[in-house]
Amino acid sequence: MDKQLKIALPKGRLLGETAALLQGADWGLTGYHARARLYRLESEMFPNLSAKVFHEKDIPIQVAIGNYDLGICGLDWVEELLVKYPSSAVIKVKNLEYGEGVLYMVAARSDGISTEEGLVRIATEYPNLAESFALNRRLRRFSIFPLWGGAEVYPPESAELALISGKAGKRSFGYDLIPISEVLSFNAALIANKNSWQTKDLSQVLASLGDGLSADRKQPSSAGVRSAPSEKPVISPEARRGKDAGATVRLALPDGHQQQPTLRLLNRAGIEVDDYPSKRGNRRPVAKLEGVTIKVIRPQDMPLQVANGNFDLAITGKDWLREHLYQFPPSPVAELIDLKFGKVRIVAVASKDLSVTDAYSLKQLNAEQSVPLRVASEYVNIADKYARDNHLGMYRIIPTWGATEAFLPEDADLLIENTQTGRTIARHNLKIIDTLFESTACLIGNTNSISSSSKRKRIKSITEMLRRAVENG
Amino acid sequence: MRDQRCRGTRDLSPEEMIRFRFIEKAFRDCCLQWGYEEVRTPTLEYLHLFASTGTLTPSMLGKVYSFLDWDGWSGERVVLRPDGTIPVARLYIDSMGDSGLAKLSYVSNIFIFEETGKESRERWQGGVELIGVSSPLADTELMILASEVLKKVGLGNIELRLCHGGLIRGLLHELGLSPGEETEVFDQILDGDAAVLATIKAGKPGLDEALSLLLDPKGKSPAFLKNSMGLLARSLPQLKPALDNFGNIIALLEDLGYSYRIDLASGRGFEYYTGVIFQFFAGKEKVGGGGRYDALIPLMGGKDVPASGFALYFDHLMNLIEPVALTEPAAQRISVDAEPEAIKQGFDMVSRLHKEGYVAEFKLGAKEMADAEWRLDVRSKAPLFILTDQVEQRRFEAQTAEEVLALLKR
Repeated sequence: MDKQLKIALPKGRLLGETAALLQGADWGLTGYHARARLYRLESEMFPNLSAKVFHEKDIPIQVAIGNYDLGICGLDWVEELLVKYPSSAVIKVKNLEYGEGVLYMVAARSDGISTEEGLVRIATEYPNLAESFALNRRLRRFSIFPLWGGAEVYPPESAELALISGKAGKRSFGYDLIPISEVLSFNAALIANKNSWQTKDLSQVLASLGDGLSADRKQPSSAGVRSAPSEKPVISPEARRGKDAGATVRLALPDGHQQQPTLRLLNRAGIEVDDYPSKRGNRRPVAKLEGVTIKVIRPQDMPLQVANGNFDLAITGKDWLREHLYQFPPSPVAELIDLKFGKVRIVAVASKDLSVTDAYSLKQLNAEQSVPLRVASEYVNIADKYARDNHLGMYRIIPTWGATEAFLPEDADLLIENTQTGRTIARHNLKIIDTLFESTACLIGNTNSISSSSKRKRIKSITEMLRRAVENG
Repeated sequence: MRDQRCRGTRDLSPEEMIRFRFIEKAFRDCCLQWGYEEVRTPTLEYLHLFASTGTLTPSMLGKVYSFLDWDGWSGERVVLRPDGTIPVARLYIDSMGDSGLAKLSYVSNIFIFEETGKESRERWQGGVELIGVSSPLADTELMILASEVLKKVGLGNIELRLCHGGLIRGLLHELGLSPGEETEVFDQILDGDAAVLATIKAGKPGLDEALSLLLDPKGKSPAFLKNSMGLLARSLPQLKPALDNFGNIIALLEDLGYSYRIDLASGRGFEYYTGVIFQFFAGKEKVGGGGRYDALIPLMGGKDVPASGFALYFDHLMNLIEPVALTEPAAQRISVDAEPEAIKQGFDMVSRLHKEGYVAEFKLGAKEMADAEWRLDVRSKAPLFILTDQVEQRRFEAQTAEEVLALLKR
């Protein structure tokens, strides 16, 4: 076995069954379980094998760029990479036959069928597969809304279609959605970096995972992009935007850990909302406020949705607003109120072992290197602008989906991260070398809605209620 | 120092630019002589122009450079132009829609991802679009124009390959495929896989035989084709309009003494062809192609206006043209060396020389101008000019610019 082998293992959905597989193979990975807080793991069976735990979505990219020799993740994320970048250095080694799922293109049941040609909006965490779907179906005009989550709540008002994952054979989804097409069926899979596969001896590791694995270079048979039937998804005109337009104000509230402070703010403002936060995961709570509809979506997704007029108002973070505006400077979204809670700093972070103290010394250091600086961040556009503004020279942005601090020092050289106290950063032997800005929660609005005659009054009234609540808080 | 050029891109050296401009000039001269006016469209276009059925095939769409622009929050993608025809059709609809006939030409780069990085992902082509007329004469004019350009750049031995989009579509329709399957098979054929037709058995009397004949690799002669097409027209009268149109074009080409062969796997990625499709080959290298696309302009939201066009692939032509084609009587070259006190006089002199049609440049640094027939020293003291014939090693002195010009003309 080669001196050093690295494998990327999934957190989340696939963790339980992957841990069971590796336990059955006697790898002796301590600390790979649901409550684990460790990212780096060693194997008792293979002293030269090291493992790191990632968000599942990060794994194909980490393997493709060669940071890891092997990886285990859902094939949905592998296809999401390969459909856009077919020459990525990823080999699908083995279908692991668990973690089964299907990507469904879904639409609201009420939509019906029409032959009208028009803009089709697709909301999804899988933007590349959605684009491929749209191109193969020859949709004349389409827009893909890349999301961090909660795609199922978008149709019919905020999108005609959503591409979401579900169990095989599922015929109906929440919010009265029905599948119109199965785009991909997938399982968990073992994947390998192409170069590692060609140059390293992986046989012992592969053999431990099952009979004949090392010889199985075929693609897992049950996975793959489904061939597109000829029919185009057609959406009735009623389902399109404007259905509940007019005077109704559409408000987006955050899911996740901003729910409690948001609820407290709404209470202080005297805005009552039924079933928020929802224990059953309801993303359509009801406001006891006339002419206002609410959806619960990811704060990361809000600025883009507000820009597109799917929402008039939203409660998100200044960090995500800035991330959006860096990508689309003329976007019609504006901050209306600083809500003061959820304060974090957006910082540049490096390993403590690196002899840099600020952006300037990082630039000096990078100038001496022949390989690009790897900048990992959830904030792709903020990170990109930071690297540009500081003339960091040759660099690459590695998009991540959380737990970014685990990337340093092996898989990235610099992070652009948010931090409340700095304790997580210190615990991982990292240091802050720069503070980009401070971020708090804020109310954002669509500038066209704010000035529209039908909504102006109601938006102003909600804004004033929230403003007073902040001032009295 | 590592190579910093983007993978899949190409620099054009001074020598290659000479070749490029030579081809471009031949192309533009021929176009202007045939009455095609030059246009230029932007590098960025909306993706949706290229994405609907009847434009580019999905395999081609999978290779376009598409991205969100700085104001792309709606998700509307833009592309680096992957094709020359669709932007010109868009230009016609946007600003010439009422003019009826338009004869347009362009020289532009197009961008298509090529996986190996061995071929350039940025390709240059000269294209012609004949909009507003539908006739065998128009299609033939385009083929003749393209041939003229190829002759002008010194490529005489060009093979013309023909096929017919309307004929293929008609055949597929007769095979009883669903509209989706029909488009899929059509795309496969256009992407170069004519064999797919042979795998489909229609089971209809006459059709399978006619298909086999058309696909027969031996069947490239005009007579063979005429017989096969005659058979096809008798068994499938619905195909008669397409067959007649194809036949008329072929007859015209024959009258004009052009040879050709039939190749059903033509088109490569362009789904918009409805009539004749033609390609030009120099040996194994495809150097151009085009065809009739009557449905494209209405599909893109324009009026029901027929059109046809072609493009010649400059990158391929640049590799094929012989150096002899490039030799034109070149202007005389003069290397000018001015003393520091006589810089102004030096500039004045260079300017005079340029006006008279000479190539004159300053000697900068230690390097002498390559292939300079003359050397001219510009001095602050008499003699103000020393002219040296570098070929015959003779030296002349002069006091004025006029005297220098007179010496050069001797």
